Amino acid sequence: MTDSALSIAADVRAGRRRARDVLEEHLAQIDARESDVHAFNLVLADEARGRADDIDAAVARGDNPGPLAGVPIALKDNLCTRGIPTTCSSQILAGWKPPNDATVVQRLHAAGSVTVGKTNLDEFAMGSSTENSAFGPTRNPHDLSRVPGGSSGGSAAAVAARFASIALGSDTGGSVRQPASLCGVVGVKPTYGAVSRYGLIAFASSLDQIGPFAASVADAALLLEVIGGHDPLDSTSIAAPAPPLLDQLENGVEGLRVGIVEELTDSEGIQPDVKAAVVAAAEALTAAGAKTEQVSVPSTMYGLSAYYLIAPAEASSNLARYDGVRYGLRVEGVDISDMNAKTRDAGFGPEVKRRIMLGTYALSAGYYDAYYGQAQRVRTLIIRDFQRAYEQFDVLLSPTAPTVAFELGAKTADPLTMYLNDICTIPSNLAGHAAMSVPFGTALALDAPSGAPALPIGVQVLAPANGEPVMFRVARAIEQAAPRGGAE
Amino acid sequence: MTATETRTWETVIGLEVHCELSTASKLFCGCPNEFGDEPNTNICPVCLGLPGSLPVLNERAVEYALRVAVALHLRVPEQSIFSRKNYFYPDMPKNYQTSQYDEPITIDGWLEVDGVRLGITRAHLEEDTGKSLHVGGEGRIHNADHSLVDYNRAGVPLLEIVSEPDIRSAEQAKRYVEELRATLLAVGVSDVKMEEGSLRIDANVSIRAPGATEFGTRAEIKNLNSLRSLVRAVEYETRRQSELIEAGERVVQETRHWDEDGGRTISGRSKEEAHDYRYFPEPDLVPVAPTDEMRERVRTSMPELPAARRARLTDAWDIKDEDARVLVGVPGLADYAEQAVAALTAGTPRDVANWVRQDVLGYLNERGLAPAVLAPEMLAELVALVTDATISRGQAKDVLAESMAEAKWPREIVKDRGLAQVSDVDALTAVVDAVLVAASATVDQYRASTDDKDRQKKRGFLMGQLMRELKGKGNAQVLKNLLDDRLD
Repeated sequence: MTDSALSIAADVRAGRRRARDVLEEHLAQIDARESDVHAFNLVLADEARGRADDIDAAVARGDNPGPLAGVPIALKDNLCTRGIPTTCSSQILAGWKPPNDATVVQRLHAAGSVTVGKTNLDEFAMGSSTENSAFGPTRNPHDLSRVPGGSSGGSAAAVAARFASIALGSDTGGSVRQPASLCGVVGVKPTYGAVSRYGLIAFASSLDQIGPFAASVADAALLLEVIGGHDPLDSTSIAAPAPPLLDQLENGVEGLRVGIVEELTDSEGIQPDVKAAVVAAAEALTAAGAKTEQVSVPSTMYGLSAYYLIAPAEASSNLARYDGVRYGLRVEGVDISDMNAKTRDAGFGPEVKRRIMLGTYALSAGYYDAYYGQAQRVRTLIIRDFQRAYEQFDVLLSPTAPTVAFELGAKTADPLTMYLNDICTIPSNLAGHAAMSVPFGTALALDAPSGAPALPIGVQVLAPANGEPVMFRVARAIEQAAPRGGAE
Repeated sequence: MTATETRTWETVIGLEVHCELSTASKLFCGCPNEFGDEPNTNICPVCLGLPGSLPVLNERAVEYALRVAVALHLRVPEQSIFSRKNYFYPDMPKNYQTSQYDEPITIDGWLEVDGVRLGITRAHLEEDTGKSLHVGGEGRIHNADHSLVDYNRAGVPLLEIVSEPDIRSAEQAKRYVEELRATLLAVGVSDVKMEEGSLRIDANVSIRAPGATEFGTRAEIKNLNSLRSLVRAVEYETRRQSELIEAGERVVQETRHWDEDGGRTISGRSKEEAHDYRYFPEPDLVPVAPTDEMRERVRTSMPELPAARRARLTDAWDIKDEDARVLVGVPGLADYAEQAVAALTAGTPRDVANWVRQDVLGYLNERGLAPAVLAPEMLAELVALVTDATISRGQAKDVLAESMAEAKWPREIVKDRGLAQVSDVDALTAVVDAVLVAASATVDQYRASTDDKDRQKKRGFLMGQLMRELKGKGNAQVLKNLLDDRLD
């Protein structure tokens, strides 16, 4: 791949290409299409130029800027960037500038990457289409009448439209994998704790993970190697360095055991083409030497319900701090309660309010045990079911999203129809396991008018906690077998 | 309201004591744990709860909690967890307090107070809030123009110590706090200054008929800023509740505010009642499991506790329990006394104890000073001067006062003021003989008199003459002996 992050970095380090030239190519793409796509809340063209020039100067001095030297990257706007507005696509944080960089941002900087901008998201990462942004939706670069997925829709679209070579998003119930699937790029949710959450503005603390977007499995592996590893500032971060992924990527899948999750793949809402893609990917793995079979992981069916209690509950607490007192939006009131209420009413969009109320209810006295408590018990069942499955299999397969990209406005009438987008991705968040989406062919949307473009399909690879090395190997094999002429 | 009516009720008291731990930094971040600094100078993204920040537990606070556990005979289960206590208030940056709820770090202990074992239910760790300053409206929140918030205190580690409802009188409540305070001080985990807020007390008070086994409805009393307030509030509350019940009404379970000026408790505004804190386990922290190594280190490094120290001093110095209690109860006073005893060249520890208990303590209290400002060796010198009769007790009182005020050595003061009394028997004999010759008429009258009172008067006159002759510096005891000798 001519424009992979790996090749850009190698070329820049070797002096074969200038970081500034690479950047200008991507900025030209932004100029051409950003007004249609709206992937960004903020494009950092000048800052990026200065940074790219610094990288080139370092190379000229004989220094090594790092594994991501000169690679343009887009950052989801819930990642703290020092001195640069970080809004979570919410009015309540409009214009807020963090005093520090998130840990992953520091690591990116040390690796030599060039940040081109902060990308759009569903407000506070709550959504599956990026339609819940307070600053307008992002559109799918493959078909501007359709959603890019969410909540990290902006980052997925940025990579799909070549505004950036790679991007970071966050995944709480599928918010990296599902938009990756809908936009035809690779998206990864690492094992819980594999990537530091310090500086990721929290949605649901026990589920959130920062994850890479890239145009290839290898680029995603490179990015994950850079950002992963223990961080003393995050008490939930795994006490180990990031595992190497690139060096085993091409080891193949000979002898690996692959299980296709019945409950997810055969679920009612799954578009037939999507299921067919999963089956085809499994066949390709078999042809490459793996053993594939169906497997039942029954509790995955309850994942959605458990998630939509646990995540809002934690969110209701995490978002309590936005009260107009210390930073962000303040709407004056007659006293503190009035000010709090007016500020939060004006600052939060409807989906955020919905989830805060749902979460508050699930935690309230008399209901805790029936809702939050019960959801946590279901979570344990899911973990146990996965454990059983991983005794027989190395990785699992399923669709990433039930359908290809849907139209803007198609699922906004009833929140529950939107929530159903996450059924395949949520179980991995609940279990704390690794999972990733790999583009595999295209299909027409079921409601597509004639002449409409075919839209990307994503196949999901699931692995146990710390199973990234084998997960990436399988993903690479799937990528190699993917139908050509797919989403570009 | 007569005394007889209150006698029919038994008062039941439980105390919640919040103790600020004197760790170098806050509970979840590295900010300095300091009292009295410029507002909002000891803050960082973590204790301000800025978006993206995460807590990291201060191990020293855990160690301090374990020390208290040993001193208060509390059990330390294998692990404990932190929980979020959710409510909105501007002095709480996250609008939740990270505390411990259903799995606290220590449980099931007791404290012996005047021979009675008072139960302690639990002691747990939690973070402190910031401080509000209400401007206008006489510093109270009602009628204030606006409020200022200082977050220096936000995140400071607290140990909340909850007693069983075993306390049965205002006096016993006071004694419990005194003993607890002395213990916390001895263990070195806090400076327990009520006036600085490093020790705070809430009292739960209820009444019941003597002999009853069920508890009555309790009221929680807040804003007790001194032991005197505690005693007054408990007494007031007992009266208030008994009046209610005797009038056929019921005690309402509520939070009441102690009004120091008015000498009464006032019902809290309804908003403060029945808070649903929606406790759930803190997802940003992992369970705390103190290692065997830490437990052992704490156990073997315990200092002498107040009860043990009192027993030792009472025994070794032959002093009264009451005196030992005062010495050990005033921070630094027993250290001062023991250092003085160690420096003694003449005189007994009991002498030292008496001087400390009376004159030294009086001096310190008058000026609000701590014993650390005094040099114990100076007291030792004073005791020696009295023991070897260089000065009389009466003179010593003045000398000590000057020594403490001016930080001068007693011997120097005696020299400067020419106070040394004459004790030399030969010298005094000469003076006695001379005076008796000059007052021979009185001597004859004395010898001839049979009236005791008359004899006393004559003796007094002679002694007065002697003292005048010696300019007050005669050793009274020696003079008395000489007189006895000459007259009888």
